[in-house]
Amino acid sequence: MKKIKPWLYLAPAILFLGFFMVYPLIDVFIYSFEEGYNSASQTFRGIGLYNYMYVLRDPYFIQALKNTFILVIITVPLSTGIALLIALGLNSIPKLKDLFQTIFFLPYVTNTLAVGLVFMILFKKTAYSEGLVNMLITGLGGSAIDFMDGPYWAKMFVLCFYTVWIVLPFKILILTSALASVDENLYKAAKIDGTSRFRIFTRITIPMISPMIFYLIITGFIGAFKAYSDAVALFGTDLNAAGMNTIVGYIYDMLYGNGGGYPSYASSAALILFAVVLTITCINLTISNSGKD
Amino acid sequence: MKIVLDHLTKRFSNRTKGLDDIIAVNDFNFEIPDGKLIGLLGPSGCGKSTTLNLISGLEKATSGKIWFGDDDVTDLPPENRGVGLVFQSYALYPHLTARQNIMFPLQNLKGKDKLTKEQMNEKVLEAAHLVQIERYLDSKPNQMSGGQQQRVAIARALVKLPRVLLLDEPLSNLDARLRLATREEIRRIQQETKLTTVFVTHDQEEAMSISDMIVVMKDGIMQQIGRPQDVYDHPVNLFVAKFLGNPPINVFDGKIENGAIVIGNERILEIEGPEDQEVYVGIRPEGFIVDESGPFHVNKKQIEIMGRDTSIVATHPNMISESIRIIVTLDSRDELPSTVGFRLKPGKVEIFAKDTENNIEYSVRESV
Amino acid sequence: MSTNNDYLSIEKKARRNYLIRNIITYTLLGIWALVVLFPFYWMLLTSVKSYGSYNAEYVPKFFTLSPTLQNYVDAFTQVPLARYFGNTLIFALITTAAMLVVIVLAAFAFARLDFKGRNPLFSLFLSLMMIPNELVIITNFVTITNLGLRNTFTGLILPSITSVFYIYLLKENFEQIPEELYKAAKVDGTSDFKYLMKVMIPICQPTIVTIAILKIIECWNSYVWPRLITDNEKYFLVSNGIQAIRENGFGRENIPAMMAAVVVISVPLIILFLIFHKKIMAGVSRGGTKG
Repeated sequence: MKKIKPWLYLAPAILFLGFFMVYPLIDVFIYSFEEGYNSASQTFRGIGLYNYMYVLRDPYFIQALKNTFILVIITVPLSTGIALLIALGLNSIPKLKDLFQTIFFLPYVTNTLAVGLVFMILFKKTAYSEGLVNMLITGLGGSAIDFMDGPYWAKMFVLCFYTVWIVLPFKILILTSALASVDENLYKAAKIDGTSRFRIFTRITIPMISPMIFYLIITGFIGAFKAYSDAVALFGTDLNAAGMNTIVGYIYDMLYGNGGGYPSYASSAALILFAVVLTITCINLTISNSGKD
Repeated sequence: MKIVLDHLTKRFSNRTKGLDDIIAVNDFNFEIPDGKLIGLLGPSGCGKSTTLNLISGLEKATSGKIWFGDDDVTDLPPENRGVGLVFQSYALYPHLTARQNIMFPLQNLKGKDKLTKEQMNEKVLEAAHLVQIERYLDSKPNQMSGGQQQRVAIARALVKLPRVLLLDEPLSNLDARLRLATREEIRRIQQETKLTTVFVTHDQEEAMSISDMIVVMKDGIMQQIGRPQDVYDHPVNLFVAKFLGNPPINVFDGKIENGAIVIGNERILEIEGPEDQEVYVGIRPEGFIVDESGPFHVNKKQIEIMGRDTSIVATHPNMISESIRIIVTLDSRDELPSTVGFRLKPGKVEIFAKDTENNIEYSVRESV
Repeated sequence: MSTNNDYLSIEKKARRNYLIRNIITYTLLGIWALVVLFPFYWMLLTSVKSYGSYNAEYVPKFFTLSPTLQNYVDAFTQVPLARYFGNTLIFALITTAAMLVVIVLAAFAFARLDFKGRNPLFSLFLSLMMIPNELVIITNFVTITNLGLRNTFTGLILPSITSVFYIYLLKENFEQIPEELYKAAKVDGTSDFKYLMKVMIPICQPTIVTIAILKIIECWNSYVWPRLITDNEKYFLVSNGIQAIRENGFGRENIPAMMAAVVVISVPLIILFLIFHKKIMAGVSRGGTKG
């Protein structure tokens, strides 16, 4: 009885994790190597790399890969940089810090799909109206752009903008608390020695919070590679048609939806994504470790 | 309820592979008489807390037996032994008031022992009265001082009328003044309830002042058991002699030669009994009497006057410790010479064998 | 000596610099606050503009003089918004409650009970934290489909009942409760389960509440899994509902009504946030991640 008891407490967790995490993990590898899997009859032709070949040759996948990479390369550094600036600002002001912090955190708790719709409206150009953003652009002397159905770079701009808007709260929060936890005496000592503000920032602040910055960059990469619902929120569920699909979007499209019913292709794509994320994370970790020495 | 420990041993297997097991309690064999307060004393890591955990049932003995009166409780789980346990950190439930904390053990009773609400309240009040914390019954632990929290913890241990009360360093988290007061309080409660009580401490003064008997431990091995004063006066070995007493006993390299204890080249005490050999000589700080013509001389370093007593800090070429401390009562603030002579009180001088460090008996030869 | 004057001018300069820096900082923070808040303002504003007046605006107006609640009426009558809302509420509450039971039991076993293989098992649990959802969702989709649980609450809820991260968080919290409390309870004959219920859970209540709130937020915003597993609008959650409304509710161009729906589904979380913002932010900064 005594021996069994701990396992009784653990049983639900083990059961759920085993069934919905460990088993699927094994299964996804199997799927990805089963060629010509038919989900209706649950049969397959053979074992091999065909699924990977198919996915890597699929122009939709190439498009999704390209979109995701652009998104990652733009938003991760940008959002981390802006978050750092805002966190520095928050930590230097004497009043209203709590108010600003609360406002800045708001996007974290909102429904991505719902607010995405608002962004779409703000950027959208319709037959009746140029939309608010275009109004500002023309007001400033520019010419209106069709952000939602227009050129690729304009759509990518909206996607990046919305992504940054969505991911900033988390980063601001983490960096603000990292900055606040730097020992005040370090700053005092530096000030007494007449250290310039810039030098204090580069020689004290940045090294002290660098573990958190690296943490944010790594999680930022992982998160951005998995981008999907922000794109759906802006461009609708048919992302391939909009040319704005992401890798995760491709996986789901393969699994279900208009072009769906191909769990094998989805599995291969998911494993390719996993490999990419793992590689990038390892590179990040190597860089951050070599920075320490 | 008398407690008997019968060849009790507790062995922990070592986590680092290849190293020997740790024997926290090694072949304990003693009896705690009914209704007495006994102090388990030793430096940290000597196995005293393990002994307490074995008595409470929180840990299982590797071998040996534990008896409460005529009951063999060796294999009983803690809740069936009827022990009350008080911790150094009080271990009060932080989210419950003092009253709820004290009531907690009563709510665990099942079956025929189950109490009604009124009975519980009555028992809580009784226990609270005993430790005099009625006023704080509705406070949470964090609103109480350390001393009050410790009283609540004692009340919680007492409320279910245990057969044995166990106290694990109950005073160590209190500041010096509270410690004195709570110490007396524990003594009073113990005498009122007549509970057999085991009290673990590393503080020899604490143990000496309230225990009926003390047990001195080292490295899992019991060194000596006895009434505090007896142990102090007749330590069985050098460790016990050094562990008891504040300031500690002064230890010198010396020898027995031609019927005398010799330190350096001074025959400090004429004795009979032991053969000639190298020994450690221990002299209690209060064992010195200033006497210019005395047989023993030390080099004065400084004088500290503390109220009644004067403490002479001195050095001696044969001393084992950093310096020696001598407590005397000086009538006037006499200027002492830089080399001070002493006579020694025979009962305050102990000799220990060089190899075993065990006490060597001797008798004083009256000088004519 | 002119030192006095020098000090005065240095002081003056320092004060001016400080003032300028503050003004710049406040301005920049204010601008970002505007960027954050503006979409919320815009959705509120649009939701009270009438369909006619909205579509008549070639140049969008920043305010309206004739607010109307008609859009909210439409949102609840023309599309089953109330049902999406109710579904999400049921989904969030049941998932959160079930998850709390599972993680509390598991965290307790890891934190307090001694058993063979505890540490290896816990390491295994931790390593599961690195597994991205995208990898396992494929099989889960197939599993749930094969079990015939598509378009059921069971199918929606089952895969999200455990969270390794929250088990980890709670275990850490449980372990901070001093060992002595457990020993004291043992000596008093308290069973493990009673100790968990009467001592550990009350002491760790703040953490448990934080976890519950974070989980509710997560449920409220979940989109991918519900989208895969439901295609019957009777079981849509708000995220899927919004997507459905956008693609074929109201007629594509009734933007004010869409915004009314968006307001309705955003408000509960914003209220939750305003009440618990300290707890939520503390909880997230303790290790919550998005995505």
